[in-house]
Amino acid sequence: MIPAALKYVEVDSAAAAVAALSEYGDDAKLMAGGHSLIPLMRFRLAAPAVIVDISRMGGLSDIRDAGEHISVGALARHHVVENSELLQAQAPLLAHVASKVGDPSVRHRGTLGGSMAHGDPASDLPAAVLALGGSVVLQGPDGERVVAADDFFTGFLETATAETEIITEIRIPKSSAGWSFQKFNRRAQDWAIVGVAAVLGDDPRVSLINMGPSPMRASAVEAALAGGASMAEAASLATDGTAAPTDLNGDADYRGHLARVFVERALVEAAG
Amino acid sequence: MTIMGTPRLRKEDPKLLTGEGKFVDDIHAPGELWMGMVRSPYAHAKIVSVDTAEAAAHSGVHAVYSGKDLEEMGLWIAPLPCVWPVTDDMLNPPHVPVVTEEANFVGEIVAVVLADSRYGAVDAAELVEVSYEELPAVASLDAAVTGDALAHSDLDTNKAYHWPLVPDPDALDAAFANAAHTVTGTFVQQRLIPAAMEPRGVLAVPSPHGGDITLYSSSQVPHILKVMVAATTGIPENKIRIVAPAVGGGFGAKLNINPDEILAVTLANRLGLPVRWTETRSEAAFSTHQGRGQNQTIEIAADAKGKILGVRVHLDADMGAYMRLITPGVPLLGSFLYTGVYDVPAFGFTCDGYFTNLTPTDAYRGAGRPEASYAIERAMDLLANEVGVGPDEIRRRNYLNGGEAFQDLEVASTLVFDSGHYGPNLDKALELSDYASLRAEQQRRREAGESKQLGIGLCTYVEICGLAPSRALAGLNYGAGGWEHALVRFLPTGKVEVVTGSTPHGQGHETSWSMIVADKLGVDPDDVEVLHSDTAISPLGLDTYGSRSLSVGGVAISMACDKVVEKARLIAAHQLEANPDDLEFSGGVFRVKGTPTAELPIQGIAYEAFTAHNLPDGMEPNLQEQMTFDPPNFAFPFGTHVAVVEVDEDTGGVTLVGYTAVDDCGPQVNPLIVEGQVHGGIVQGVAQALWEEAVYDEAGNCKNPSFLDYLVPSSMEVPSMVLDSTETPSTSNPLGVKGVGEAGTIGSAAAVINAVCDALSPYGVTDIEMPATPQKIWRKIQDAKGGEA
Repeated sequence: MIPAALKYVEVDSAAAAVAALSEYGDDAKLMAGGHSLIPLMRFRLAAPAVIVDISRMGGLSDIRDAGEHISVGALARHHVVENSELLQAQAPLLAHVASKVGDPSVRHRGTLGGSMAHGDPASDLPAAVLALGGSVVLQGPDGERVVAADDFFTGFLETATAETEIITEIRIPKSSAGWSFQKFNRRAQDWAIVGVAAVLGDDPRVSLINMGPSPMRASAVEAALAGGASMAEAASLATDGTAAPTDLNGDADYRGHLARVFVERALVEAAG
Repeated sequence: MTIMGTPRLRKEDPKLLTGEGKFVDDIHAPGELWMGMVRSPYAHAKIVSVDTAEAAAHSGVHAVYSGKDLEEMGLWIAPLPCVWPVTDDMLNPPHVPVVTEEANFVGEIVAVVLADSRYGAVDAAELVEVSYEELPAVASLDAAVTGDALAHSDLDTNKAYHWPLVPDPDALDAAFANAAHTVTGTFVQQRLIPAAMEPRGVLAVPSPHGGDITLYSSSQVPHILKVMVAATTGIPENKIRIVAPAVGGGFGAKLNINPDEILAVTLANRLGLPVRWTETRSEAAFSTHQGRGQNQTIEIAADAKGKILGVRVHLDADMGAYMRLITPGVPLLGSFLYTGVYDVPAFGFTCDGYFTNLTPTDAYRGAGRPEASYAIERAMDLLANEVGVGPDEIRRRNYLNGGEAFQDLEVASTLVFDSGHYGPNLDKALELSDYASLRAEQQRRREAGESKQLGIGLCTYVEICGLAPSRALAGLNYGAGGWEHALVRFLPTGKVEVVTGSTPHGQGHETSWSMIVADKLGVDPDDVEVLHSDTAISPLGLDTYGSRSLSVGGVAISMACDKVVEKARLIAAHQLEANPDDLEFSGGVFRVKGTPTAELPIQGIAYEAFTAHNLPDGMEPNLQEQMTFDPPNFAFPFGTHVAVVEVDEDTGGVTLVGYTAVDDCGPQVNPLIVEGQVHGGIVQGVAQALWEEAVYDEAGNCKNPSFLDYLVPSSMEVPSMVLDSTETPSTSNPLGVKGVGEAGTIGSAAAVINAVCDALSPYGVTDIEMPATPQKIWRKIQDAKGGEA
C-alpha cells in the first residue's frame, strides 16, 4: 500500500495537461479524483513515472444546458452530478447513478471524466452514459474531437482516448424517456456484481455493468425490443455478446443469470 | 449504586472523534528508522539465497538483514512463544521472527530493511533478491488432513496434536445406541481476517543512556508482551517498558507476540536507534494472525421427543503454519460449550490440530466459542426438523434445569455454570421480535409464492468468559494465570487515580471503571482518572481478552475501593471519636449513626491521610489500596438472538431485515457500552455468516487481502436492532457481572444461518456454508429445482 516513487506535475488548464502528456508520453498518467488510479498505485499494480494532477484545473467541472444536450465538465465530481438540478430534470438516470457510486467520500472525490477515462467495466457511470447515448469530448495537440460513448470503450481499461488527449467534457442528450438503474452487490459501497442501465423511448438503450471486458450495451436486448419482443423475451437475450468474468463474487454463469434477471427488472421499472 | 446501571457517554470519545487519539503511528522519535519487510511470495519454499546488496545500496537504507544475518547477530534467545501447549506431545516447530531455511506461509518475513523513511524501506525491500525453491504447499485444512504434502519439511505429519474431552465414553456410546433420533451436522468455520480499524504498528525506542528500551505497540496485551519480549530476546525484563497507546480495536488479533515487535526491540536495542513499522492493510492479512479455520462434525442423540441424550463433537482445526501465542488452545476454549444451554447427559469432544502453509490462526472475537455456539445451535435446528417441532420448542425441551433459574450447576463438559435462567430470556426475545407474526408473514409469502421469502433464525447461546480462575487455566496447560490487578488511590485534593492491569483498545474502560469507582467511593466520575496500558505506570496486569475486563479487572477495582473505604472508615472513626462499626458510608460521606451532624467526607479524609497529621496509631499515611482478584469460576453469559432475513429467490441475495437480541450479562455497569458491544459483536458474527472469508488459491495465496474483496460490512448492511436484556447475576464475583464483549459474535452467526436455512427450507435445504453468498444460495435453489434456471 506504499506507491513507488514518482514525479508529480500539477497543471492548471487542459492545454497544459495536453502539453505535459506530450512531454512525458506513456510514462505519464492524468489524475483527477484519483479514486481508481491511487489504489492501483498503492498496490503497485500501476507505477506511472509521472502524475499529472488535473484536479485543480479551472472551468472543467461545470454542468450546463447546451441546448440539445447537457454538458458535464470532465472534473464534475459524482456528488455534483448527483445533486445537479439540471441533470435531475434533463437526464435523471445520470444523477441517480452518480448517487449509487461507492460511498460519500468516493463521491466527493471521483469525477465523471475520470470514471470514463478509466473505462472500468465494473463502473456504474460509463453504463449510464452509454444508456443515455452520451458522447465524450477529447482535447489533444491538434484540437478537439467528439467520440460517441458507443465507440469510446475499446477494451479492458482501454478507451479511444489517445496518449496525448484529455477528456474535457461529457455530453448527455436530454431525455424524458422512462429509465431504470439496477445494481446488484453484496455491500452497498461495492462495485456491482452485475448492473443494468436502461433508457426506453423510441430507441431503447440498455447497458450492462461487469458483463464483459468493457462497459457495454446489451445489443440483442435492444434489437429485440425494437422488434417488438416482450420484456421477458428481450431480457432472456441479456447475455448475448457478453463475456462475464468469474471472480470471488460470482461465476460467469451466475452473472449471466443475474443479467437476465436485472435486465427484465430494469425494463419493467423503466416502462412503469 | 446510582451511577452504575445508568447509560453514560464515554469519556474517551471526544478525543477519539476529533482525531486527538495518539496511536502508535502518531508517535515519533528522533532518528527513527523504518523497517521494510521482505515477505515470502510462496506458501512453502526453501530459501536458497538472499542477496541484499542492491537493497543495501539504495539511498536512505541503513541496513538490510537476512534471516541468517539476524541469527548470527544473536538477537533472540528463543523462538516466538506459544504459551498453550495443549498436550505434552504437541508439535511446535520453532517460529523465528525472520525465517532462515524454509518459508512456511505467504507473507512470512525473509529479510528486513532498515531505512530512514517508510517509502524508502518499502522500495528497498523490493530490491532484495531472494532465490526460492518451491515446495508442495498445504493450502487448506482439508489438504492438511487428507493430502500428501507436508506443511513443515522436517515434520513427518501435519497433525500437531490430538485433544480429547470425553468424560464418560461408555455413557456416550449408550446415548447414541439408545437414541430415537440422531442428527449430524458438518460445518466449516471459514478463516477470517480480523481487520481492526487500526492496523498493527510498533515503535521501539532505546533510551540513550540507560540501556532501557520502550516498545510502543498496538497491542491489547502490553503486560504479557513485556514478559514475552524478555523471554524471547534475553533483554532483562526490568529494562523493558511496553506502552500500548490509543489502540484502535484488537478483537484478539493484537494479543500476539509478533515478529515485528521482536525485530523492532532487538534492532533498536542493538543499534541504539528507534525502529518502527506500521503494517499496511493488505500486509495485515499476512502479518497478523487470522481467526476461525475449523471443520466441525457434531452429532446429537435424542429420544423420541427430542430430549437430548448425548452430544459428540469432532473438530479438525487449522493452526496455520505455526503455533502462535495461544493458537492450539483456541478450539479448546469452545470445547466446553458444545452442549450449549442444554441438559446433555453424555458428552464427548475431540480436536485434532493441523498445520497448513497458511497464515497462523489464533484468537479472534469469541475464540472457539462462536464456533461452538454455531455448531450446537445449527444442530439444534437440524434436531427440530428431525423431531418435527419448532426451533423454539426443541430448545425449551432441552434447557438446563428446565429453563428455570439455577446457580453453580455442573454440566456434562465438567464445568460448573455460575448461573442461568434461560426460559424467560427466550420468552422475551420471542415477544420482542414478534415471533408469531413473523411466522405468519413467512407463511403468507410462501403461500403467495413471492420471490422474496422470509427466514427466521434463533440462537440461544451460552458462552464462557472472565478468564479466569488461575487454577482452572493450569488444568488446561495454559501458560499464565487469570487474575487482574487494580490500585485505587485518593490524591490529596480528593481526586482519584485508578491503576488497572486491564488494557482497553476500544471498550471504554476509562468510563466504566470511573463509574464503578464513583459509585463505590461517592465521587464524581469525572474526578476519576484511569491509568492503564503502560507497564511503567501499571506494572501488574494480565490485559484484555476473552471478555475478562469487567468480571476480573473491574471487580478488582471495586474490591480495591472497598479496601479504601475501610481504611477511610478507620480514619473517620478516629477523628470523629466514634466506633468504626457505628459509621455508615454513603454518597462519599461517613456519618455516625444517630448523630447526623458528626460526618466526614471521604475526599476530606484523603487530605487527612496525605498530611498524616492525625491518623490512628500505627496507620500508614495516604489513602491507597490495591487488589489482585483471581475469580473462583468463569462467568457464563447467555442470550437469545432472533435473526430475520429476506432471501430473493431470483438472485440468491440475502438481506438481514431484522435482528432482536436479548442478552444476559448480569448487572450492567454502563448500558450504553453494553449496547455498543452487542451491536458490534452481532455485526461481526453476521459478517462471518454473510460476507467475510479469507479465500486461498491452491498455491496458498490469499486472494482477497484488501478491503476491495474482503467484505467487512458497514452500517449500510445491517438493520436497526432491537436490543434488550435479562439480568441473572453471576456467582463468580461480588458484582455479579459477566462479560459482554464477545457475546454478540457468539450468538449471531448461527442465528443468521438458521434464518437463511429456514427461508430455504421449502427447497429441502438444511445447510449452507458460510459465508452464505448470493451465488451459493442461488445454486442451492437451482439444485433443488433440478438445475432449471
